[in-house]
Amino acid sequence: MRHSLSNFVALLATACLASTAVSAQTVTVAVAANFLATSKILAHQFEQESHDKVLLSAGSTGKLYAQIRHGAPYDVFLAADKRRPKLLESEGVALKGSRFTYAIGRLALWSPKSGLVDTAGAVLRGSSIQKLAIANPKTAPYGAAAQQVLQKMYVWQQYSGRIVRGEDVGQTWQFVSTGNADAGFIALAQITLANGNRRSGSLWLVPQQMYTPIEQQAVTLKRAQGNAAAHAFTAFLRSKQARAEISRQGYALP
Amino acid sequence: MNWTPLWITLKLATISSIVLLLIGTPLAWWLARTRVRFKAAIEAVVALPLVLPPTVLGFYLLIGLAPDGVIGGPWRALTGHGLAFTFAGLVLGSVLYSLPFVVQPLQNTFETVGDRWIEAAATLGAGTLDRFVSVVLPMARSGFITAVTLGFAHTVGEFGVVLMIGGNIPDKTQVVSIAIYDHVEALEYSQAHLLSAGLLLFSFAALFLVYRLNRRWRTVVGR
Repeated sequence: MRHSLSNFVALLATACLASTAVSAQTVTVAVAANFLATSKILAHQFEQESHDKVLLSAGSTGKLYAQIRHGAPYDVFLAADKRRPKLLESEGVALKGSRFTYAIGRLALWSPKSGLVDTAGAVLRGSSIQKLAIANPKTAPYGAAAQQVLQKMYVWQQYSGRIVRGEDVGQTWQFVSTGNADAGFIALAQITLANGNRRSGSLWLVPQQMYTPIEQQAVTLKRAQGNAAAHAFTAFLRSKQARAEISRQGYALP
Repeated sequence: MNWTPLWITLKLATISSIVLLLIGTPLAWWLARTRVRFKAAIEAVVALPLVLPPTVLGFYLLIGLAPDGVIGGPWRALTGHGLAFTFAGLVLGSVLYSLPFVVQPLQNTFETVGDRWIEAAATLGAGTLDRFVSVVLPMARSGFITAVTLGFAHTVGEFGVVLMIGGNIPDKTQVVSIAIYDHVEALEYSQAHLLSAGLLLFSFAALFLVYRLNRRWRTVVGR
């Protein structure tokens, strides 16, 4: 009995040691909701090459920023804008010089119903969209871009009572795909399948001059200073292989 | 400072409590008296929101309230639009979510009322409704106070379900818990502080009043 107990303790100790060894090669990544699906593909590729482990946590850029400011244990932040990474850098939370643009987001108006959204977005001027989903402009860059487009078309006021706001672009997509909202402004990447094809439905790929470019920046946080896996992962994001994948998933490249 | 979210929350909690009383009272009464075999199953269904995370209820509601969903479909036929992202949808969600908080205390008090008083009233010639109104209701008063307080408070404190089916629409479905979350995420801490403190004070005052009243009534009735 005593023997088996000491065996068990030894086993436990080994397990603990092993797990610390592993955690040195784990990179925790806070990722903006629009990039979640793409980052899963990238993380998988990275893990196979490097044998490091990538843990992804998704949310709106604003929420993740607030969490990081309050000490959330992330190594890398893949934001949906450049404002928050810049702020983190100037606030001394992120490593100086680690900031770079990994993708340029493309905004799309999408409905699961075929024929509802036309390829010029004229549907927004009519009344066939009773409920329009956008991400919260305060915290989600894709939401802010959507607001700009609606304002540019002079229909922002018109939609004031008809807009439902998702927490982030992920929830916005969920509102539209369940049919609760007729259409929604989402990231092109969200309706791009893993193989690069688009989901069925109708789509307006919003011209990029209608909104401030969604420069999605990555930044390495101070706590990851000695974490080789974190640096390897951000290096991977700039690799040819990763860039090809990012472009295939519906992003423009810097 | 925009206080509308607080107002929407109070409106939601008040309407939900009224609906909960209207549904919960007959349901609790029936559960307290019935001996049917599937009583345990009904009790389990009523208690489910206590166990399930709000995300489960929110997820099913999101699908069910959609314009082509099981509830949203008929609703759309009646009103022309879906039920998600509307105030009515929030009321429905709150009623489901707070049901056990109203039904269980009521069922408990109804069970303790017992048959003796009701039978005595019947012998004196009181009809069914009369027996309920003039015998059962007064005896179950503290149960009702507990039920209404819990139902109301639970709706005020609701977050997860509203986050999933509310759509965060200012002046319509943006309740105070969502507004606070919104402010915190946007790092607008002063607004978050004001709303949070307002809610805290209000909740304390409401609960304090209820407990005081309840105590006074108990001394008056002598129970």
